[in-house]
Amino acid sequence: MALNQSGWKPEMTSGEERGPVATFTGARALMRDEALIFEIGSTDTTGVDFDILPGTGRETSEAGGGGAPSSAASADSPLHRPADGPPPHAGEDRLGGLARTREIGLPGLSEPETVRHYTRLSRQNYAIDTGIFPLGSCTMKHNPRLNERVARMPGFADIHPLQPTDTVQGALEVIHQLSYWLVTLTAMHSVAMSPKAGAHGELCGILAIRAALEARGDTRQVILVPESAHGTNPATAAFAGYKVEGIPANKQGRVDLNALKARLGPDVAAVMITNPNTCGLFEPDMKAISDAVHAAGGFVYCDGANFNAIVGRVRPGDLGVDAMHINLHKTFSTPHGGGGPGSGPVVFSQALTPYAPLPFVEKRDDGFHLVEEETADENHAHSFGRMVAFHGQMGMFTRALAYMLSHGADGLKQVAEDAVLNANYVLRSLSDVLQAPFGDSGPCMHEALFSDKGLAEGFSTLDIAKALIDEGYHPMTMYFPLVVHGAMLIEPTETESKAGLDQFIGAVRSVVARAKAGDEALKGAPWYAPRRRLDETLAARKPVLVWRDPEPAQAAE
Amino acid sequence: MRYLPLTPDDRTAMLAEIGAGSVDELFADVPDHARLDGPIRDLPGHASEMAVERHMAKLARKNLTAGDGPFFLGCGAYRHHVPATVDHIIQRGEYLTAYTPYQPEIAQGTLQMLFEFQTQVARLFGCDVANASMYDGSTACWEAITMAGRVTKRHRAVLSSGLHPHYVSVANTMATFTGDTLITATPELTAEPDTDALIEAIDDQTSCVVVQYPDILGRIGDLSELAEACHARKALLIAVVTEPVALGAIKAPGEMGADIVVGEGQSLGVGLQFGGPYVGLFACSQKLVRQMPGRLCGETVDAEGKRGYVLTLSTREQHIRREKATSNICTNSGLCALAFSIHMTLLGEKGLRQLAQANHTLACKAADRLAQVPGVELVNTAFFNEFTVKLPTEARPVVRALADQGVLAGVSLGRLYPADDMLAGGLVVAVTETTTEDDIEQLATALKEVLA
Repeated sequence: MALNQSGWKPEMTSGEERGPVATFTGARALMRDEALIFEIGSTDTTGVDFDILPGTGRETSEAGGGGAPSSAASADSPLHRPADGPPPHAGEDRLGGLARTREIGLPGLSEPETVRHYTRLSRQNYAIDTGIFPLGSCTMKHNPRLNERVARMPGFADIHPLQPTDTVQGALEVIHQLSYWLVTLTAMHSVAMSPKAGAHGELCGILAIRAALEARGDTRQVILVPESAHGTNPATAAFAGYKVEGIPANKQGRVDLNALKARLGPDVAAVMITNPNTCGLFEPDMKAISDAVHAAGGFVYCDGANFNAIVGRVRPGDLGVDAMHINLHKTFSTPHGGGGPGSGPVVFSQALTPYAPLPFVEKRDDGFHLVEEETADENHAHSFGRMVAFHGQMGMFTRALAYMLSHGADGLKQVAEDAVLNANYVLRSLSDVLQAPFGDSGPCMHEALFSDKGLAEGFSTLDIAKALIDEGYHPMTMYFPLVVHGAMLIEPTETESKAGLDQFIGAVRSVVARAKAGDEALKGAPWYAPRRRLDETLAARKPVLVWRDPEPAQAAE
Repeated sequence: MRYLPLTPDDRTAMLAEIGAGSVDELFADVPDHARLDGPIRDLPGHASEMAVERHMAKLARKNLTAGDGPFFLGCGAYRHHVPATVDHIIQRGEYLTAYTPYQPEIAQGTLQMLFEFQTQVARLFGCDVANASMYDGSTACWEAITMAGRVTKRHRAVLSSGLHPHYVSVANTMATFTGDTLITATPELTAEPDTDALIEAIDDQTSCVVVQYPDILGRIGDLSELAEACHARKALLIAVVTEPVALGAIKAPGEMGADIVVGEGQSLGVGLQFGGPYVGLFACSQKLVRQMPGRLCGETVDAEGKRGYVLTLSTREQHIRREKATSNICTNSGLCALAFSIHMTLLGEKGLRQLAQANHTLACKAADRLAQVPGVELVNTAFFNEFTVKLPTEARPVVRALADQGVLAGVSLGRLYPADDMLAGGLVVAVTETTTEDDIEQLATALKEVLA
């Protein structure tokens, strides 16, 4: 494999396209492109030095007998062979004849080049640390740095999932404390900590429901999912082997209770409902829905992605919910890292508790225990099994617990109140320029929903979104929920100041005014981002998913 | 309430703007029976940064950390040295606090990184393409089995006895609900993996054979013959790599004919973290790409013709296809993928090979040294940085006793297979570059004492 080591240069761009002055590098001051590591690195460069073999330099044959190790390796010891020399013990491996012969093609960079590469790339990212991230139903809030410090304490970061449990009592206690907070805040009976993300939690809840039904010999095959649900809900139900049927929304953007009741019957295993829902509205009939589902012999799954709107104000257990996942990264602010990791513990009602997955932590008189196998304890013989290799997202648990302790019960209630206040402030401040489809049906919860009605002919939600980028903002959620035409879903969260919201609202108003006036420049937006609009159709039609050296690629054509 | 910027005056002004008399009015849709008006009993009030740090540090100190003494645990999670640069860079807010790159024009940093990550993983595994990471190795393994079902329209998966038992458990859990049949077995303490048994188990209904490489006992075997046998019956070969550093020393599964290669990327950049978050690796051949689960980053051009990156082939995904999606996944392990990618970039090919060599050489020393302890028998002939020894007694209490001396000796097979008495004497020992020869000596000495 040949890596490009000839010195990559960005393409020259014309001044007309990129501003009044064309620069030699194509860069615009602090905004610069960064080549790929495959273009600037090489397979014989490395940014790490380590003792190729740490230790004493004794020959293997001398190692027996348990004698005291000698202190330093001599200069010519095979253990301290210079990095550029032949590999130690060449030809003496015990790799069963499978030693790698072919080059892998992994480019390396020195440490300074590595730091610069990733730092430059980072500057092409928008993040909650650089501004408001008003993605509805995604909930991007401030990530306290104390949580990062806590997660990196060696007592949490440098312990192995299979250590003897009496050597990890502190870690098990973290899981136990976090479980206590989650169960108390939700008024539920138990919690499964291992699911690795919200959608994984959904699967966990549905599997517990299925196990409970099977335990009573019930073979119900249908799961009802309201059309305002996250796309993960129907995908989860289908993945778990269920037939998925939709339930329409009523004119107020809520689940149509009558339609739901009419559909309930002996074939319905569960209803998956999001509350507060993806229109940003509380489902006031939730208890009636739960009662009806239970009366028909089914279970209620609640998508808890929007729990941040009601934490400390409403307990899902009081609404008859049987299972609900909680996205720790949303409600309890663990950083989302450009797509994950997440963490999705699932709280269960008493009815589903016996079917919860393994492993889990139990407090006994002599300390904390880890129940890993159903055979280990007859009380857990109904568990539906294991969902992940180990115990879930410990690194997220420590962050979430630190966040909960920082806020306390009083602070978490304030979190919900401020999140709802901020969202309603946005709803009212924009409802004279943007149509709010459910604006007349009272306050919203944590997010404000608008449609694209009233824009000039040919202008869409996408144009508003891309123009917001030029104003320095991450766009809102676009085209979701599906029940609203050209949906724009704005979720400010509780960690935005009033001044910051006022500025954001001003920017949205300005962009909407331009879209109503038919300002063609909007259609070219963004103009000032690291990239102009990207051709997503081309990417899907001719997928290029890995880097290939352009020269051999050309030669092959 | 240091994380909440609204002042009481702000709140009053905003309520006036909205036209609400109080915050309670904003919760008007919540019926009275569901409303929690008073304080939440049983939970404490807010605490200062210092108090929280003190509380958490107290809990952290109750754990025996891997750095406290000789440490030999592996079985799917490995302790490697992570350069300081890795953790420094992933803490940059632009990576740490970014969301899924749905607006590609202002997410090129994350997207280019994911494209580089995909390429690194594909090359390391010897495959055409890779995705932008999954939750972890065990869930990636299950997703690969379901993908094989979609590709072959068959639902009988043959799992190697050398596959990590937790991975088998996860697959079993999921199979209960999707109707797949899994053929499983527990390992025997023999020097060679069970290739012949696997080949015999393949029939015309087999969607895939799943084999771990190196396997749970640390054994390595050539996959070529198995790949041929799978392909002859139109089944797929899925290889599972829980220790990616091994591929700096041994042949890649893709090179030997595996159709899908999944793995756990924790070894590079991520750290032990008591089991998570980790990073699932997922690679396959080009022709299977549209059946692949998870997020994919692809190259394209912008309106000016400049190269750029976007999430692509999203028509496979839950937000488009809903109940017809290839998977319900909508979260990957983006930040862990970044850590993996930075670590890999720092190493480069040369560094990875040196790292692998150091791991292997030290493991050879440890295997030979432990085999000299009276009563201890080395099971493996071939291995990378992890091997199994057979003790003359149950390994689980031995591990327990060694922990009291500050030596974390390895993973007893009794912990992984509590129901199988034949494996009770097995101890899986992992050695990495963080292990010193002193550590090996201490383990051997302590083991000798405990067994005496």
